[in-house]
Amino acid sequence: MTEPNTIAVAMSGGVDSSTVAAMLCAEGHSVIGLTMQLWNQRRLAGREGMPESVQGRCCSLDDVYDARRVAQQIGIPYYVVNHEERFERDVVRPFVEEYLSGRTPIPCSLCNNHLKFDQLLIVAQQIGAERVATGHYARVTFDEARGRWLLKRPADHSKDQTYFLSGLTQKQLSRTLFPLGDMTKPEVRELARKHGLALAEKPDSQEICFVPGGDYKRFIDAYLAEQGESLPDTSGELVTTTGDVIGEHPGIHNFTVGQRKGLGVATGSPLYVIQISGGQKQVIVGGDEHLYSRTLRARRVNLISIDDLHEPMRVAVKIRHRHEPAPARIERTGTDEILVTFDQPQRAITPGQAAVFYDGDVVVGGGWIA
Amino acid sequence: MHRVYLDNNATTPVLPEVFEAMRPWFGERFGNASSIHHHGQDTRAAVESARESVAELLGCNAPEVVFTSGGTESDNLAIAGLVAAGDHVITSGIEHHAVLHAAKHLEELGCEVTVLPVDGRGLIDPSDVRRALRPKTKLISVMMANNETGVLQLAEEIGKLAAEAGAHFHTDAVQAAGKVALDAKRIACQALSISGHKMHAPQGVGALYVKKGTRLTPLFYGGRHERSRRAGTENVPGIVALGKAAEMAKQAFDRGGQERMSAMRDRLEQGILAQVGEAGVNGDGAPRVPNTSNIHFDHIEGEALVIALDLKGLAVSTGAACSSGAMEPSHVLLAMGLKPERARASIRFSLGKQTTEEDIDFALSIVPETVARLRSISPRYNKQVVST
Repeated sequence: MTEPNTIAVAMSGGVDSSTVAAMLCAEGHSVIGLTMQLWNQRRLAGREGMPESVQGRCCSLDDVYDARRVAQQIGIPYYVVNHEERFERDVVRPFVEEYLSGRTPIPCSLCNNHLKFDQLLIVAQQIGAERVATGHYARVTFDEARGRWLLKRPADHSKDQTYFLSGLTQKQLSRTLFPLGDMTKPEVRELARKHGLALAEKPDSQEICFVPGGDYKRFIDAYLAEQGESLPDTSGELVTTTGDVIGEHPGIHNFTVGQRKGLGVATGSPLYVIQISGGQKQVIVGGDEHLYSRTLRARRVNLISIDDLHEPMRVAVKIRHRHEPAPARIERTGTDEILVTFDQPQRAITPGQAAVFYDGDVVVGGGWIA
Repeated sequence: MHRVYLDNNATTPVLPEVFEAMRPWFGERFGNASSIHHHGQDTRAAVESARESVAELLGCNAPEVVFTSGGTESDNLAIAGLVAAGDHVITSGIEHHAVLHAAKHLEELGCEVTVLPVDGRGLIDPSDVRRALRPKTKLISVMMANNETGVLQLAEEIGKLAAEAGAHFHTDAVQAAGKVALDAKRIACQALSISGHKMHAPQGVGALYVKKGTRLTPLFYGGRHERSRRAGTENVPGIVALGKAAEMAKQAFDRGGQERMSAMRDRLEQGILAQVGEAGVNGDGAPRVPNTSNIHFDHIEGEALVIALDLKGLAVSTGAACSSGAMEPSHVLLAMGLKPERARASIRFSLGKQTTEEDIDFALSIVPETVARLRSISPRYNKQVVST
């Protein structure tokens, strides 16, 4: 029988989540290990130039093997749960469609919102675990004064993953534990060694888990071919900021704002992608100075530390994972729109990425850059 | 924790008598059955008595029994061994992967394969077999009992059709052996597969009945073991155990074991259905082996139910698992026409000789409440309740 206060640990087979399982177990909690089977790498292997052998990290048999061995070593029940269908619908499809519409998606946020902190929480509750712990670097606390669950940056800012967690709701946060929030990565590895985990030295995963080698273009080709769909023709004109057509491009999904390489035109000064116009299939290019902008509009906003944004607020805003939050003012400009005005213009604000608002270490909320 | 095992179609525990029979062959008794000295003779005698016991269970003659490493090898040996490039093969969509994937491989080697459908109860219509026959049809491979639903096929009728057409008939009887009486002669098959660990012998041993006079190409090349049908030194402890398990299965039939088993299974099934709404038996209305019950509990994920029950001490399963161990919708239930949601909401209970009435009581005490708990949390179930 599952004990009250049983904790389900989302185990990826990496050092972080394995250490979480080991430490919660050592603290005397009743722990269940769960691994989400999200994507079958073999599906696209060998298609449209994808590698013949399975190379991506996501849900690889090696990672499941590692997670299972850790669970066996620390003596907890362990299960793999299949969420491939949901992952494809809520993460892979939107990922492909965003690129084809000229935006640059972040699948990790979608996965957190729709899989890890949705489906996994449901499974956990069904099997008798009220709370789920993950190996994310973030902190969650309850603020008595505000009566709200707060998401905070971790002690180790270099590992901060709050950017990908800004879609979490109060209900989701109330059932979530981030036991690594007060630790640095070297401390986590040290703890893993202390618990005798064989994977203590396993390298971190970097790329998007389901895209082998980070080659998203090849992935999109292979995925559409597998689905029996043809890649829509999104080729069009390469246009300067002043409206001059200077060439053609093979398809808008090959570009992202701020990109310099692969434009296929030679000019005296370096050219960058300034904007992608999905409707007109245009890629607008210009000098570095055109990449800077002071404002952005965030849509599909989720607020965490406050229930609503009634009046403008001073915050720091992060516009991509590797971006130091920049001082800005946020104000509501529509039922589902927040206008962000930076003190200083920011480089390469990219539609499809998240804009996450911080008040010190506290995540105020976040939305998707329109 | 009190644990009850109702997953005997996955594997069965070795019965104490079976273990006792095989135990000396790990120590005081040993030998290579091909050796001419005393040790060889002693071992040969043990292997041949086991062969006789298995033949007795299958209703055939001892020389027609080939010992293998298990059900998968038996299926592969039958399929690859009876067919050559250019032949036509008929099988069904609910076969075990040991048959389906072997048939797929034959296709790559230049055979033509027809995969027959099943009806909503999981039954193959013999007239579909007749319609699929071609002049080049060399083999029909249709299972005796399905591993997921326990549904029994009309093997004798299919055997008759094969004989009329001059084709070979192979039946995968892995889930039938020890559960229903088998008679290879009456089924009129040329080959029949069984597996030790599905009938209380250990994992790693099985057998293939091959009718006398049937030409069979071996899978392995080596010595002339098993009358040149299966090279490799015999797994003597396993074979002895399979012989003992076959003997015990035969005895159990004579003592009404099947009736007791199906009474327990029916009590479990009816007890669950009496307490749980929007649930039903997959394969209902078809003849089934006495130990298996596959039940769909609508609006839940079978995966979550299996885990929740395991954490309470009850071992059951969904039909299929992929290589990572995650569960997949069963190809058998999908072939029966179940919607994917219902296939995913299905759980298999399978009893064994060690199963007691107390085990059934235990299952009845936790399954309904666990299903209710899962439904109370299921977004799909709640949506449905709100909309009605």
